Amino acid sequence: MTPPPVYAPVPLKPRKLKLATVSLAGCFGCHMSFLDIDERLLTLLELVEFDRSPLTDIKTIGRCDIGLIEGGLCNAENVHVLREFRANCKTLIAIGACAINGGLPAQRNQRDVGQLLRDVYCAHTGTLAGSQVPNDPELPLPLNQVHPIHEVVHVDYFLPGCPPSADAIWSFLNDLLTGVTPQLGHKLMHYD
Amino acid sequence: MTDDVSPTQSFSLDGDDLPFASGETILQAATRAGRYIPHLCWHPDFAAHGSCRICSVKVNGRVGAACTVQAAAGLEVESNTPEMNRQRKTLLQMLFVEGNHFCPSCEKSGNCLLQATAYQMGMEGPHFEEFYPNRPVDASHPDILLDFNRCILCELCVRASREADGKNIFAIGGHGMGTHLLVNSASGQLGDTAMSLDDRAAHICPVGVILPKRRGFVIPIGQRRFDLKPVSQQREGDAT
Ligand code: SF4
Ligand code: SF4
Ligand code: FES
Repeated sequence: MTPPPVYAPVPLKPRKLKLATVSLAGCFGCHMSFLDIDERLLTLLELVEFDRSPLTDIKTIGRCDIGLIEGGLCNAENVHVLREFRANCKTLIAIGACAINGGLPAQRNQRDVGQLLRDVYCAHTGTLAGSQVPNDPELPLPLNQVHPIHEVVHVDYFLPGCPPSADAIWSFLNDLLTGVTPQLGHKLMHYD
Repeated sequence: MTDDVSPTQSFSLDGDDLPFASGETILQAATRAGRYIPHLCWHPDFAAHGSCRICSVKVNGRVGAACTVQAAAGLEVESNTPEMNRQRKTLLQMLFVEGNHFCPSCEKSGNCLLQATAYQMGMEGPHFEEFYPNRPVDASHPDILLDFNRCILCELCVRASREADGKNIFAIGGHGMGTHLLVNSASGQLGDTAMSLDDRAAHICPVGVILPKRRGFVIPIGQRRFDLKPVSQQREGDAT
């Protein structure tokens, strides 16, 4: 009788968390501020793996732990993408003023959206005679008003700033990854 | 209000004994002792108004506005508690969604009492649905601009113009949701009033409604009033 084999325990490598990011009606400034964490990005990459993001080539979002949403909602496609992110991310974060309260793009809420489109595409100096508002179904229709994302899906955390500083983003992610409720404090909390 | 503080007269603020002069409100006594109670519509130079409710405290177990409740011997006042600060955050969130508070393009940013108080209370997001009001700006005055979409109806400009300047230029009109700031001239335009940049009312607004023209964004980021120290660590004064 051969004794049953003894297996050495396989050391468990902690699974990397999956992080997805997207820019809706954003300016990519929050993503740039994220990249402003500079070489700390290498430390972060030991803990997380990027899923769908403007920084990767992944076209559709998979199951993720964290979703970072930059930008508010200005058109139909934004709403569609936001819902996909909510359905796939355990924790969804509104990053930046636009995702949080519509931001400066929401200043268009004082105007009629049809009039704005006609002004820009038909009446503006430099437009050719007969220019029309683009109407290909390929293009997403703009919403009547710009909205913050929490008016459409549940948001777990808000990370304010226009954009939040790299230090704020770093501190926020560190708290989140270590299981602490993120708190910014006087130095890192700003809306501008 | 008298200035003689009798040591036998005191109340308790968050467990600490605080002396007060007869006639003082809880907020006045606390401010004189260097204790911060969050507030927006109260200013030491003017009579209390009681509209913002940010100064709400628990007085012997019941909620009252610290700017209007008179101090009395033996009161137990709770202010800096998780419960009261949570309520203050909710009130701030209500003020933010009622107006168009797009701080990134507001020239009051960094010098704004509403913003600084929201930082102090840890307000990360708006929580409620945005109203997105649509009131046109009044740029009729040569030196002063009015952006009504940021008004929190604190009436400080009304009080300053009436009591300090004797000009009575502002008023609050309308009802309920439609309540808004008015300019007291036949045309309703600021340019048709005797308003001057030297008026107290031109510098009293704690938010970004009454703004001097051609003066925006003059203070570098990092040196603005509330960049330097949180509002809880600053002395009272006009929010310019
Ligand atoms: S008034 Fe204050 S809170 Fe409102 S937009 Fe300006 S800085 Fe922000
Ligand atoms: S304009 Fe400014 S000072 Fe006047 S009521 Fe509005 S917020 Fe208060
Ligand atoms: S400061 Fe007391 S109600 Fe505004």
